[in-house]
Amino acid sequence: MVAVNMTVNGKPASAELDPRTLLVQFLRDHLRLTGTHVGCDTSQCGACVVHMDGHAVKSCTVLAATCSGSQVTTIEGLANAAGLHPMQEAFRENHGLQCGFCTPGMIMTAVDLVHRKGFALDETTIREELEGNLCRCTGYHNIVKAIAAGAQAMAAEGPAQQVAE
Amino acid sequence: MYAFDYHRPTTARQAAGLLGKDEDVRLLAGGQSLLPMMKLRLVQAGDLVDLNAVDELRGIARSPRSLTIGAMTRHAEVADSPDVAEAIPALAAMASTIGDPAVRAMGTLGGSIANNDPAADYPSACLALGATIVTNKRKIEADDFFKGLFETALEPGELVVKVSFPVPAKAGYAKFRHPASRFALVGVFVAKRSADIRVAVTGAGANGVFRWLEAEEALKARFIVKSLDGLVASTDGLNSDIHADAEYRAHLIAVMAKRAVQQATA
Ligand SMILES: Cc1cc2nc3c(=O)[nH]c(=O)nc-3n(C[C@H](O)[C@H](O)[C@H](O)COP(=O)(O)OP(=O)(O)OC[C@H]3O[C@@H](n4cnc5c(N)ncnc54)[C@H](O)[C@@H]3O)c2cc1C
Ligand code: FES
Ligand code: FES
Repeated sequence: MVAVNMTVNGKPASAELDPRTLLVQFLRDHLRLTGTHVGCDTSQCGACVVHMDGHAVKSCTVLAATCSGSQVTTIEGLANAAGLHPMQEAFRENHGLQCGFCTPGMIMTAVDLVHRKGFALDETTIREELEGNLCRCTGYHNIVKAIAAGAQAMAAEGPAQQVAE
Repeated sequence: MYAFDYHRPTTARQAAGLLGKDEDVRLLAGGQSLLPMMKLRLVQAGDLVDLNAVDELRGIARSPRSLTIGAMTRHAEVADSPDVAEAIPALAAMASTIGDPAVRAMGTLGGSIANNDPAADYPSACLALGATIVTNKRKIEADDFFKGLFETALEPGELVVKVSFPVPAKAGYAKFRHPASRFALVGVFVAKRSADIRVAVTGAGANGVFRWLEAEEALKARFIVKSLDGLVASTDGLNSDIHADAEYRAHLIAVMAKRAVQQATA
């Protein structure tokens, strides 16, 4: 067993874990944060994307133990008392999902993308950046639209949104 | 995954101590190759030494003649580094084509070259740029480091500390991505450092990364795309699989080599 301490969505989380425990297993099975999905478990689909110290990572391909001391944000950590995160709202507005299985990973990837590349995102950039996120339903068009709109909306919210993370 | 004991050193010396000489002990870097293999039970480790808390293995240092990159430096850090973009832009561009953003946020230079996947990008950059791989024991020239499929010169107990890339006069990388995995179906890295011209090919060789000597010779006359006109890569020793047969890969080598030279001379 290994002692693991991290911060998840702003709250301390610690446990004694089998060292094999993946970050996604810790989030879903131990913390019951089931918004993070497992689509493939082979590092391909991106349904499991969360932020670790501000970077989007595939939580099925990171050991929970590696995250000791890290700040982890999941889809549950994006909304606040005032309502949905602008990127979540943009997915809703733009019909950026059908079954919703890929959506948590898409949104976490999208928010990371805005943090890295700014608020004005063209279609080519968005499509390239979605390389690691698969969707079986939408055909991506509305996801791309949603991300462009969500990025704009994040600009309007300004730096407050950055602090929330 | 098979069970293992987990260790989290904070210095390279501790990591090397934990690694010992036992082949049952494995290093964990970004985990983007190792964890998938462990999940499939293709790799078994009695002990796993996690390098993610070893800060001294991370970072990029620039001198007038070389760029030195720590083993634990992430692909994204290399892709986004202003120092790399200035000294060896082709290397930054190469790093930005590895996998996807989440893979680049975790995957590392040391893990990539120690793994030596026959379709990985970094081995071609190391070979073409004439990099020196610095381990906890010695310095190994890239020419002597890559030994075949998933094989390197690393010995038990040896860990990659950093890689030193001499700054070339010109360099370029062109990659034909496998449409699903995004690894290189064929990738060609070219570099010119005074009279030394190197052309390294990844993705194509049945034995991993290799130098295309005929192209190097041809480029010695003049380092321009035209010098490669009519040059055909041999199909000997090339991979043939459902994704591409040897003949197609040979064709792609010539095309990618030209594109790489074009980039380098643009
Ligand atoms: C979806 C996906 C797409 C990918 N696409 C590409 C691609 O397009 N191009 C590409 O090149 N790669 C690609 N990769 C692989 C990726 O680049 C990996 O990050 C890389 O191959 C391994 O680096 P790592 O840091 O993750 O190492 P790990 O997976 O942690 O380790 C790999 C191996 O190296 C050993 N090792 C690690 N660090 C050291 C060290 N310092 N000294 C000695 N041994 C060490 C480990 O013990 C292990 O055997 C992809 C991976 C995924 C999951
Ligand atoms: S579940 Fe992690 S990438 Fe698919
Ligand atoms: S909405 Fe169903 S997988 Fe994307």
